[in-house]
Amino acid sequence: MDQKISLTIDGKKLEASPGQTILEVAGENGIHIPTLCYYKGTTNVGACRVCVVEVENARSLVASCCMPVSQGMMVMTNTERVMNARKLVVELLWSSGDHNCLQCEKNGDCELQDLVYELGIEKPRFDIDSPGYEIEDTNSMIQRDLNKCILCGKCVRVCNEIQVHEVLDFSMRGSNAKVGPAFDTDYIDSECVFCGACVDVCPVGALTFKQARFQGRPWELEKVRTTCPYCGVGCQMDLNINDGKVVKVTTNRDYDKPNQGMLCSKGRFGMNFIDSPDRLKTPLIRRDGELKEASWEETYSYIAEKFASIKKKNGPDSIAGLSSARCTNEENYLFQKFMRAVIGTNNVDHCARL
Amino acid sequence: MTNSIEEIEFTDAILAIGTNTTENHPVIGSRIKRAVRQQGAKLIVVDPRKIPLVKYANIWLRPKPGTNVLVLSGLMNVILNEGLLAKEYIETRTEGFDAFKETIEKYTPEYVEEISGVPADDIRIAARIYGEAERAAILYTMGITQHTHGTDAVKSCANLAMLCGNVGVEGGGVNPLRGQNNVQGACDMGALPNVLPAYQQVASDEARAKFEKAWDVSLPAKPGLTIMEIMDAAHNGDLKGLYIMGENPMISDPDLTHVEASLKNLDILVVQDIFLTETAQLADVVLPSACFAEKDGTFSNTERRVQRIRKAVEAPGEAKADWQIISELATKMNYTMEYSSAEEIMDEINGLTPSYAGITYERIEEEGLQWPCPNTEHPGTKYLHKDKFSRGLGLFSAIDYRPSEELPDEQYPFILTTGRVLYHFHTATMTRRSEGLNEKYPESLAEIDPIVAE
Ligand code: SF4
Ligand code: SF4
Ligand code: SF4
Repeated sequence: MDQKISLTIDGKKLEASPGQTILEVAGENGIHIPTLCYYKGTTNVGACRVCVVEVENARSLVASCCMPVSQGMMVMTNTERVMNARKLVVELLWSSGDHNCLQCEKNGDCELQDLVYELGIEKPRFDIDSPGYEIEDTNSMIQRDLNKCILCGKCVRVCNEIQVHEVLDFSMRGSNAKVGPAFDTDYIDSECVFCGACVDVCPVGALTFKQARFQGRPWELEKVRTTCPYCGVGCQMDLNINDGKVVKVTTNRDYDKPNQGMLCSKGRFGMNFIDSPDRLKTPLIRRDGELKEASWEETYSYIAEKFASIKKKNGPDSIAGLSSARCTNEENYLFQKFMRAVIGTNNVDHCARL
Repeated sequence: MTNSIEEIEFTDAILAIGTNTTENHPVIGSRIKRAVRQQGAKLIVVDPRKIPLVKYANIWLRPKPGTNVLVLSGLMNVILNEGLLAKEYIETRTEGFDAFKETIEKYTPEYVEEISGVPADDIRIAARIYGEAERAAILYTMGITQHTHGTDAVKSCANLAMLCGNVGVEGGGVNPLRGQNNVQGACDMGALPNVLPAYQQVASDEARAKFEKAWDVSLPAKPGLTIMEIMDAAHNGDLKGLYIMGENPMISDPDLTHVEASLKNLDILVVQDIFLTETAQLADVVLPSACFAEKDGTFSNTERRVQRIRKAVEAPGEAKADWQIISELATKMNYTMEYSSAEEIMDEINGLTPSYAGITYERIEEEGLQWPCPNTEHPGTKYLHKDKFSRGLGLFSAIDYRPSEELPDEQYPFILTTGRVLYHFHTATMTRRSEGLNEKYPESLAEIDPIVAE
């Protein structure tokens, strides 16, 4: 089991474990092989053929994501033959869709765009022939433009193998092939639970977060890692910020525990409340039956006096506090400290017991 | 949870009782589905409703609402009679087994079927799945706890797990999935009437002395009122002032008429929140606070993992972080609280909370740590009760089934049971403001048996 395999990639002598693929070994050793359909932790399908490499004595080029390493293997990742094959693949993908980067949300963060540049392709040798699908615009969370889809199948695999929502699959064949929910319905009419994982993994602009549309280019967004404020799973996520606003929520599979890059619809699409116009912006004090704006200073004085007089007249146990399962540890700690040390009562609870 | 989320994916059997996991804890739901689809784990679902997980289950037990304890007893009866118990584990690591065994004897599958409606043979099949698994995890939530016999159900889960030697092992455990992001942390931090941080009893002189020294005050020894008692005391006039931070009892508590009358009866109600909630609308004073994206701090998740939240945007208007508001108010009341950051508060927590002693911001920058974590070299604790229970020996409780206190009668012939939905959270103060979530789930639904409906 532990026996190491020695092989050579681009002239470098390397060691690997049995069962590893060429792509994995290359990646571990800092050798770049481009991919489009590869997605760690899911079935390797070898569909896009961008990761092809030349293996000595093999008759044809092999997809490095599917080929296990073997003893003495000699691999070349950037021969002319390899480059030509990759160019052909990328040119075919480019010409078979509507890859207009001008207003694409993925511009600057698109794996197809990067490959075109990396391979130095001026223009595809084939005529551009976009399938002419209508853009799916029937929900406010996920926008689907299948004219940009390169059929890599990552969305299908993340939906079935990682999140196990089992919504997406391929349908039709050949040039009519499509990815989507069963019976070719829109997301909103399907079993889709809007976890947004397919959008996270889509390498191109086929699946995008609709509310983030025109809200900031990828390079303008600042990502701040945080913990989801909803349920007790405590998913790790990135708030994408532009211009002081949360534009969208993405995840990162490198944040392994506890959610391995998974989210649900609440963590993904439940952030509109942050800049809701209904947020409270100033302290309020009830005067003549109505809540009226007040300064912090007068509000603190008002509460302090009231609490002090109750404490004096009726004792500290006639005051109580309800802390919050929604606030931080630090705040819960301070809240109970406030009730116990400042007010002088143990009347503090929160809704865990409900 | 005694064990960790990641362990659920790599166990041999899962018993999910009273948890609609794919809606309430969706990401844990995905782990369960992966365990079944990809790792070959067996799944037992116990729920009166046909929840989405049923599709993945090897067997679905459908008890009448309120008969969970009975079903669990039935499972244990089969395990005992078919010799599927972990004899050595029970002998060396537990106590109270004999009395427990005696109680369980009468809960034969046939007896259980009579009252719960679950076919006796299904109980046998489920018991064999759980009992024969090398490691098995129990997951539960409010479906078994929100009953007058909720405690019995939790203890029955513990009995079942110990009976098969599943506590203190990787992939096993008795795992309550916590509903809110930081309900675990709020308890850990002593936001409870009878305990200080890390469950140190307020009644203990020793515990109080430690906090009195650190906080430089003398502390009350008498345990305080619970949330229900607080409402009652407000109602009858014993309680005069109430300070509510980030809770909305006007929606979340049972019997809203009572809550409203209670809150209105106070001399002063202070509510600190991010929105003018139903509760805040009744307040005398409202304090605007920053939301999770506008401040630093930590939440403790359901597997006891303490994780960071980070300030990403500015709070609106004059709103401030809750910790800032509390410390300024304390200072105004002549008790100085001066903290320049949330991290400084964590430093203080480290010193007073043994289970959090080793959890510093520096250490959880990349990945959260699971308490207990007694010092800064400690790697955190993936699962509890390894080799030894916290109390020494695991205690079997002898539990008899009691019917629910409120049963259908002529005047109220039906049972109403509440549930959650994937797209909304708790009182929906936050999720109702999301365009997408509302689109997907615009209004609450009542589900009713078609025959009854006619
Ligand atoms: S949003 Fe989630 S459930 Fe819906 S199709 Fe994408 S991956 Fe599947
Ligand atoms: S929608 Fe995106 S992820 Fe799915 S197959 Fe098309 S390009 Fe790949
Ligand atoms: S993203 Fe969903 S599963 Fe994860 S913590 Fe938030 S609410 Fe829970």
